[in-house]
Amino acid sequence: MRLSPTGALRQSGSLFAMALDVVRTIPRRPFQAREFIQQAWFVASVTILPTALVSIPFGAVIALQIGSLTRQLGAQSFSGAASVLAVLREASPIVTALLIAGAGGTAICADLGARKIRDEIDAMQVLGIDPIHRLVVPRVLASMVVAVLLNGLVSVVGVAGGYFFNVVLQNGTPGAYLASFTTLAQLSDLWAAEVKALVFGAISGIVASYKGLTAKGGPKGVGDAVNQSVVITFMLLFVTNFVMTAVYFQVVPQRG
Amino acid sequence: MGVEICVEGLTKSFGHQVIWQDVSLTLPAGEVSVMLGPSGTGKSVFLKTLVGLLKPERGSITIQGRDITKLREHDLYEVRKLFGVLFQDGALFGSMNLYDNIAFPLREHTRKSESEIRRIVLEKMDMVGLIGAEGKLPGEISGGMRKRAGLARALVLDPEIILFDEPDSGLDPVRVAYLNQLIVDLNAQIDATFLIVTHDIASARQVPDNIGLLFRRELVMFGPREELLTSDEPVVRQFLNGRMQGPIGMAEEKDAAQVEQELAALGDEGKGTRSPGSQALTPRLLPGPGIPRPPRWEAIARREAELRHRKVVADV
Repeated sequence: MRLSPTGALRQSGSLFAMALDVVRTIPRRPFQAREFIQQAWFVASVTILPTALVSIPFGAVIALQIGSLTRQLGAQSFSGAASVLAVLREASPIVTALLIAGAGGTAICADLGARKIRDEIDAMQVLGIDPIHRLVVPRVLASMVVAVLLNGLVSVVGVAGGYFFNVVLQNGTPGAYLASFTTLAQLSDLWAAEVKALVFGAISGIVASYKGLTAKGGPKGVGDAVNQSVVITFMLLFVTNFVMTAVYFQVVPQRG
Repeated sequence: MGVEICVEGLTKSFGHQVIWQDVSLTLPAGEVSVMLGPSGTGKSVFLKTLVGLLKPERGSITIQGRDITKLREHDLYEVRKLFGVLFQDGALFGSMNLYDNIAFPLREHTRKSESEIRRIVLEKMDMVGLIGAEGKLPGEISGGMRKRAGLARALVLDPEIILFDEPDSGLDPVRVAYLNQLIVDLNAQIDATFLIVTHDIASARQVPDNIGLLFRRELVMFGPREELLTSDEPVVRQFLNGRMQGPIGMAEEKDAAQVEQELAALGDEGKGTRSPGSQALTPRLLPGPGIPRPPRWEAIARREAELRHRKVVADV
């Protein structure tokens, strides 16, 4: 690929143009329900197990960190509160983001990229079918829905992992851990995390589709596209996460 | 009845690289045209520009009074319903079997019942000789079958214009001959406008009404088949004869002095043996027996018979 000063600008421009196209196309009938269900099932099936497996150690690490800290401060009774807060607010959207981009996004990008280089996308356009409507919208919606559900999964598994490590391995008191659950965290934290997951799902779906649909140069081009889509999605997700967290703290009054 | 495509001053470039410029031609309604050119002269790009998949820098493409280079994306999808395109490898959807592939445009664009779809799909599959392979996946069949399936899918919406992107690439000579016959039969049956992009000279000599040649970033010539087959233009002669002597080089083009030298040498060799116009007599492929011929093909068949008769007389 040739480097040019306007190249990056043009890329981001067409990425946003496609994002707008997707938003504009979502209400168009007929809705591709079949494709949506297939894709949602597919994305879920490639992400559920890794997500669960990643969130157990994630919750455990947080529990370990917080456990030793609270012991030093003599605030063991707060370890449950801090652990829940950390898992709910930060860990679960981040884990969801990593998995939905790393497992779901790459699969979408590789699938669309392979279709692109086999001329299938061109053939579809020539047959008078808009690939955005037919392929991209169902995938983006699927990855949004699955992201929201995954976020719930990560929260539950993460908190359970934290509980196990705190109570069983660090000899914490189960009662104190459970009792302090809602001292710091509140319900709006969960909603905020779900909104984050929704946005992350949309971003990873759109970037993956964009990169897939613009793949060129044979099989190697598909590989490159997948690679770039992961990198771009991660960067976008972490920036978005920061911005959304900052906004959340401004908008919603905090406890404690 | 086919539709005329009028191309005016078309120029396409990628970045600073000009693919071809100022291409002007008219594909006559209902006729078969072939676009020839050495590899890498942008024949496929030309084809993709015609269906609006690529936007040209300058020029216009007029179909039914609409300039498709200026249409909005939404209107473009409407105009594309006039087209059937056969891509190089068939471009079948890998996840669907042949039947679903061919039924796909019908299911997307029409409200036909499943039994009617079945009737149409089987009719088209019969046309291209694929009966019995409905349940196969594109990955399980040969390149020739993929091409024929792609053709059946392109035919299913009864297009007015059919574009073929190298229908003969990667096929053996026998299959190419069958495919050429199929193209001619189809033209007699459905009367659409055909454009075939290829570099196979044998097909170009037998099949079309019109031939065009792309070389050196421009359209060297476009006209009736006889005109090009008997042309003295060096590029056209070199390409149609598939020889090394001439302006077309291995990399791209040669320098003028070398070309002149080669052509002079060739002229000396060929003196006396070359009867003028002998190439024009490559017989044209006619629709097979059993295919009802429309008046246009009747006229062509009469003309062919007359030419052959004249040749026999001349030989005697």
